Amino acid sequence: MTLIETKGLSLRYGGATVLRDVNFSLSQGEIVTIVGPNGSGKSSLLRALIGALKPASGTVIRKPGLKIGYVPQKLQIDGTLPLTVRRFLSLPVRQTQTVTTAALTQAGVPELAQRQMTDLSGGQFQRVLLARALLGSPDVLILDEATQGLDQPGAAAFYRQIEEVRQRTGVAILMVSHDLHVVMAASDRVLCLNGHVCCEGTPEVVADAPEYRALFGSGTQGALALYRHHHTHDHDHGHHHECGEDHNAG
Amino acid sequence: MLDDFAMRAALAGLGVALAAAPLGCFVVWRRMAYFGDATSHAALLGVALALATDLPVVGGVLLVALMMALIISTLTERNVSTDALLGVLAHSALALGLVAVSLIPGQRVDLSAYLFGDILAVRQVDLAIIWIGAALVGGLMVWRWQALLTATLNPDLAVASGGHPKREQLVLTLALAVTVAVAIKVVGALLIAAMLVIPAAAARPFARTPEVMAICAVLIGGFSALGGLAGSFTFDTPTGPSIVTVAAAVFALSAAISPLLRRR
Repeated sequence: MTLIETKGLSLRYGGATVLRDVNFSLSQGEIVTIVGPNGSGKSSLLRALIGALKPASGTVIRKPGLKIGYVPQKLQIDGTLPLTVRRFLSLPVRQTQTVTTAALTQAGVPELAQRQMTDLSGGQFQRVLLARALLGSPDVLILDEATQGLDQPGAAAFYRQIEEVRQRTGVAILMVSHDLHVVMAASDRVLCLNGHVCCEGTPEVVADAPEYRALFGSGTQGALALYRHHHTHDHDHGHHHECGEDHNAG
Repeated sequence: MLDDFAMRAALAGLGVALAAAPLGCFVVWRRMAYFGDATSHAALLGVALALATDLPVVGGVLLVALMMALIISTLTERNVSTDALLGVLAHSALALGLVAVSLIPGQRVDLSAYLFGDILAVRQVDLAIIWIGAALVGGLMVWRWQALLTATLNPDLAVASGGHPKREQLVLTLALAVTVAVAIKVVGALLIAAMLVIPAAAARPFARTPEVMAICAVLIGGFSALGGLAGSFTFDTPTGPSIVTVAAAVFALSAAISPLLRRR
């Protein structure tokens, strides 16, 4: 079943078109990762999907009553705002202690309930954001560079946690990520953006696509594309698009 | 009881503290201090408008404060506003107000009453307006509390959970304009922003949740109003500035003991 769908979606931000003509859909239980260089429209696409950014043209269709758990790219809490983790989880809907404890346990940090949000480490903070996103049994988790600021073991542990949550709850997951190794291992589908959809498909297909290689392969002397040593040339599940806006390569 | 001017002054001060303190928490959390400055300084322009058109002063102030707050709100949203622009607006509004008041023909206006407040001259009708305004602002804060807090944390987070951060911004804008309109008689245009920011900032070290901070801010605001009033009787000092002085003293004390509180 399709949870969110875009048709011919174009987005403008700060007067410039950041993304054009995106046809995308997310089905129940899928893990889809969005990759692309900085400024390629990844965050804008997520913001449009949650309804925070109005389409310049095209449409975003959400399944009626769709529940979204969102982890934003940046959440800076002003030092003047006193907020315990438990209180944070009760926004905007008040939750019982049982529910907040369950969500924190699911995110792997049950011991943090009484701590102040501003006292948390980067990894703890991200896990609390994940716990909040899991409240109310969402149909889809949308994560915008959720492992930003985490070291490699921290990021890997975070992804394991997400994978575990999906296995337990069957929630669909859409995330933006720069951790290409992990992304390629854990995603059902990858969407490569660069102002438009460069290429999409299974991780193997995308890793093999010349458009993707142009963005991530040659530009980084192949360092980021190492994972695809044992790729198969299976193009059946992917679609390639022309990558005309290749300004970030090299 | 309401025949006594001192009692009316005390109730007026408490009313303003009740409205200003919880709203002031949001002003602090959202870093809107200059927003409060600009809106309250614009109140003087409202006074001039009221005097020129025979409108009640509260009405003129409410109108102009609301317009100013909406303008700033719109500019902030479009990201054209910087710290500097808000500073420009705050001081321009004040200067423009002073010029406009002086241009009103007829009797000379007692400017200091509008700049620093005239709490001892609060009549029963003023008291009624202050408490209606305070109840309105307090009610808005309680009603929108959860949504306001979520929007304050992060607008996208609010949208994703079905909220409308722009609407909450409008709620704050409206509450700010009402607060300015009812507080001008009590502390004056120059010091309204102080009643927003200082009790909230002084309450911060005592709180681990937003609710406790808001309640502490109300208590500190109320204490400052009564303390300032008593001080102004005792030492024959201007009342509005005396109230703000007490609030500032509480803030200094709270800042001094906050390292002790954090060690818990």
